[in-house]
Amino acid sequence: MHSFGKNFVKGIIRSNPTFILLLGLCPTLAVSTSLDNAVGMTAAFLFVLLVSNIIISLLRNYVPDRVRIPVFIVIIASLVTIVDLMLQGFVPALSKSLGMYIPLIVVNCIILGRAEAFASKNGVSDSIADALGMSVGFGLAIFVISFIRQLLGTGELDLFGRSLFTIPGLSDNPVSIFMLPMGAFFVIGTLLALFRWMGVSKGE
Amino acid sequence: MSNLLAIFLGMALVNNMVLVKFLGLCPFFGVSKKLSSAFSMGIAVLLVMLVASGVTWPVYHLLLAPYGVEFMRTVIFILVIASLVQIIEMAIKRTNLTLYNAFGIYLPLITTNCAVLGITFINIDQTYSFLESLTAALGAGAGFTLVLIIMSGIRERLGLADPPKAFKGTPIAFITAMLLGLSFLAFNGMV
Repeated sequence: MHSFGKNFVKGIIRSNPTFILLLGLCPTLAVSTSLDNAVGMTAAFLFVLLVSNIIISLLRNYVPDRVRIPVFIVIIASLVTIVDLMLQGFVPALSKSLGMYIPLIVVNCIILGRAEAFASKNGVSDSIADALGMSVGFGLAIFVISFIRQLLGTGELDLFGRSLFTIPGLSDNPVSIFMLPMGAFFVIGTLLALFRWMGVSKGE
Repeated sequence: MSNLLAIFLGMALVNNMVLVKFLGLCPFFGVSKKLSSAFSMGIAVLLVMLVASGVTWPVYHLLLAPYGVEFMRTVIFILVIASLVQIIEMAIKRTNLTLYNAFGIYLPLITTNCAVLGITFINIDQTYSFLESLTAALGAGAGFTLVLIIMSGIRERLGLADPPKAFKGTPIAFITAMLLGLSFLAFNGMV
């Protein structure tokens, strides 16, 4: 039980996939324009990482070492296809707004990285903890970025059509650059600098 | 012909892979520290994109679509790309050892480059013809190489600059990417 907690916690802050390891940035930056997208992407990511970690850790003694990477990729790609079809079927609007970033989870370095570095060497319960921790870390990062971008870029926050709150003056004249792609670069660059300044992560 | 030119310019400048679509960010920040390695990486990606588009287009339209198994494209495409990269690597090793050494580690890394898988998806989603797909791949690769080279030039200079301590390294690189993206916004009305 001790190792379960340890493996869970490490993904959240100490080796946060986005802010500390700087892995899998493509979906994080691309879809972080609204909280809806953040929820959808985190859910898809959690499912793929959790199931792939479980399967790979179960198979770890049976897969020959030389073909392990292709095997991992096929497992991950099949899971991503499942998620893609489920989203298209149940939440078509969300699937449309996430677009091709859902199938692109296949080449997300975090998922293959966890398979190779963790799940293929550890037991099932540790792998589950690792997947949950990494997903929470990933979700946290994408939520923070989406929150800042949506708030400043549109002046209001809403989640699945329900308005959470509005900043009076800002919603008429939003800082629309935050909704543009370059806004994402600005937000993550500033956040990384902030974390260094606060001493959460190490500088160079 | 003008259609092809529009696709090429649109992919290279207006909908730039890195700055607008956020594909291939890992090599963009990982390999853009030196000009020479940025160039090798860019050309390697361009090459793989071109070959991957040329192979996945017939695979999708002649194999997956007629049998109604389009949903298999994610699995099939990633396998095709992974094997292609392996084959290209072996071919280059056999024919041109200098080039092989120049590419070094970058070629195998391309398998997990989302820009390559991304362009094959874009080709299918936009219902491009075979020729248009190749043009799109060429444009995307050229755009990728272009921003990688610009970025590495700026980062070589940045090494001499003196940003605030917390911004040193990656954070300032992100801010640079933002400014670069802003300047690419000027291409928006072009196509």
